[in-house]
Parts: sequence; structure tokens; C-alpha cells
Amino acid sequence: MEQSHEFAVDGNAVAGPLSEIFAFDVTSVQVNCNHCGATNPFAEEIAYVGGPGTVLRCADCASVVGRFVKTPDSVWLDLSGSASWRIGTSQ
Amino acid sequence: MKATDDAQHRGPATIPWLRAELLEGRMETRTARSLVFDVPGWAGHHAGQHVDVKLTSEDGYSAQRSYSIASASASGQLELTVQVVSHGELSPYLVEVMSPGDELELRGPIGGWFRWTEEFTEPVLLVGGGSGIVPLMAILRERIRTGSTAPVHFICVARTPDHVFYTNELHSVDQSHADVLVDRLYTRSGLADDARAAGRLNLHDLPPPSSGDTGITRAYVCGPTGFVESAADLLLGRGHPPTAIRTERFGPTGG
Repeated sequence: MEQSHEFAVDGNAVAGPLSEIFAFDVTSVQVNCNHCGATNPFAEEIAYVGGPGTVLRCADCASVVGRFVKTPDSVWLDLSGSASWRIGTSQ
Repeated sequence: MKATDDAQHRGPATIPWLRAELLEGRMETRTARSLVFDVPGWAGHHAGQHVDVKLTSEDGYSAQRSYSIASASASGQLELTVQVVSHGELSPYLVEVMSPGDELELRGPIGGWFRWTEEFTEPVLLVGGGSGIVPLMAILRERIRTGSTAPVHFICVARTPDHVFYTNELHSVDQSHADVLVDRLYTRSGLADDARAAGRLNLHDLPPPSSGDTGITRAYVCGPTGFVESAADLLLGRGHPPTAIRTERFGPTGG
């Protein structure tokens, strides 16, 4: 499915804010989409950063694979669109 | 262990914000500026990584953007190249206003995926569109700084010759390093004696991947979203394996 990603950036652009939550570099994570089954590096997934939070979409099918919202006292992670995250431990 | 106690009280270790003082700036084009910062506590980076930059106004309002690092790794210092984005929150200040001695906050280095180190000995293909050449320039500079022998083919795509960053440096590196090849391609209008007609990046502009003893070419593509998608498709069409292509894209939300 081709969609217009004219206003999107990619996962690289949200790695800084997410470094406040995760102890590992998120850009190298292999994200498995729960909708189409494609696996892509987090860095190359499509990111929308203009709203109140960040939405990460699958680079293949554009389904939402992650949502990240920061409130004054919490951070919300919705990873229900990801089947799995593979986090390398070798580096 | 005091350090452990502190870490537990603060939660997960985060990348700290550092104060950065502008040492010097120079215009690359009419709308893009390279800024060299003195950053006490900066330990260096991998080429291709970026930083988050934060500016806070006197009333406490703060704006944050990420920018690719343009320089080779060095402790205590780094260089960014920033393109003005119309109505951007940070870029007009960084390009047009900020003066030597002024400070901002930055944190990094960020990103482990889109990076190159001297440990990679395979040939390198760099394909940059517009200001997407910034992290690729860091890779070229790091390659030269470290004395790596990895062959580099750097394809810079810009609207016109006036839109190319690092013009003099690219020319001199191209002339002085036998295993570094720099191509400048123009999409709107080129130079009178260009063999290639101005136009979008096409299949003939890109080399096939190397193979054999040198290992498979590592390709890095950076630029606006449309550019990256089409360049990555062309590389696949040229026979580059998807696993050897790394991309970084930025959209109009930058600024």
C-alpha cells in the first residue's frame, strides 16, 4: 500500500526523546508489524511527530506499530501494533 | 555503591543535556549555515549520528529539534549544518541570528542504526539529497580522519550548484584521495559543461554494488522523504541488497 508520507519523518528523529524512556538505542530495534508481518529497523519506520505524541507506522504497510505520549507525570507506550521488538544485545 | 544508588533514585540513565557554545559559523549556501560548537563533556560520536538541540527562551518556552552531526568525531567539539526551514522554530535563529559566544543545550549522540565507523571496511556509497548530505559528510570526514581505506563514492544531489554544501572541501577531497569519488548531480539546472542533463536522480547515476573480496557495498541514503524513497528503490533496482541499504529521512516538520 502506497501512502503519502510527505509530512513524516522516520524513527531516527524520535530516538532522542525515547532515550528518556529506554536504556537501549531504539533505532537499531527490529520491529515486527502485527498487521503485515514485515520486520524493519525502528530507524526506518515512518514517524509522525506533529501531534500531542509520536505515532510510528510500519514502513511496509503503514499500520500503526507504536504510539508514545508524554503527559506531565507519565509516559504512555502503546505497542499493540507491534508483534515483537528484537533488541540486539551485542553492542 | 553511591553511583548505583543515584542511578536507582533517578530511574534509567538518560542522555544528559550539555551546554554548547557557538565558536564559529559559516554560510554553506544562502540559507544553510555550518555551526561549530564547543561542548564540554562531549565524548565524540559515530559518523551518521545526530543530536537533539534545545533552546529555551527567557519566559521558559523551549523548542527542540534534531540535527545531524556534520563533523568527524572529536571530544569537546562538534559541527552541525542547519538549513533554514520557513516558519521553523529553531532554524531561523541558528542560521541567521546566533552569534559566537551564544549558547544552547544539546544531547547525544543519538542513533545506532544510521552510522559508520572505521571498523567497516566495505566500499561505501553515500547518496544525499539537499541537506541530507550532512550526516554523509560526517561519514566522509570520519573516513579521512581515521585513515580508513574503505573506498567512498559520494553522490550529492542538489537543485543547482548554488545549493551544494561544503563545495570547496568536497572538491579538494575528490582531487586528493584516489579512492574517494564525489559526484555532484543537479535536479533543476547544472553547470554549462555538465555531461549530465539536470534532472532527478535516475538508475544511471548509481553504481551497482561491489562484490567479491571487498565485501558488499554499504549504502547510506539521506534526504527528504520522497528523495529517500526513490533513491532506495533505485538502489534496489541496481542490485543493492536491502540489508546493505540504510536510510534516514526528514520531513518539513524539521526546523
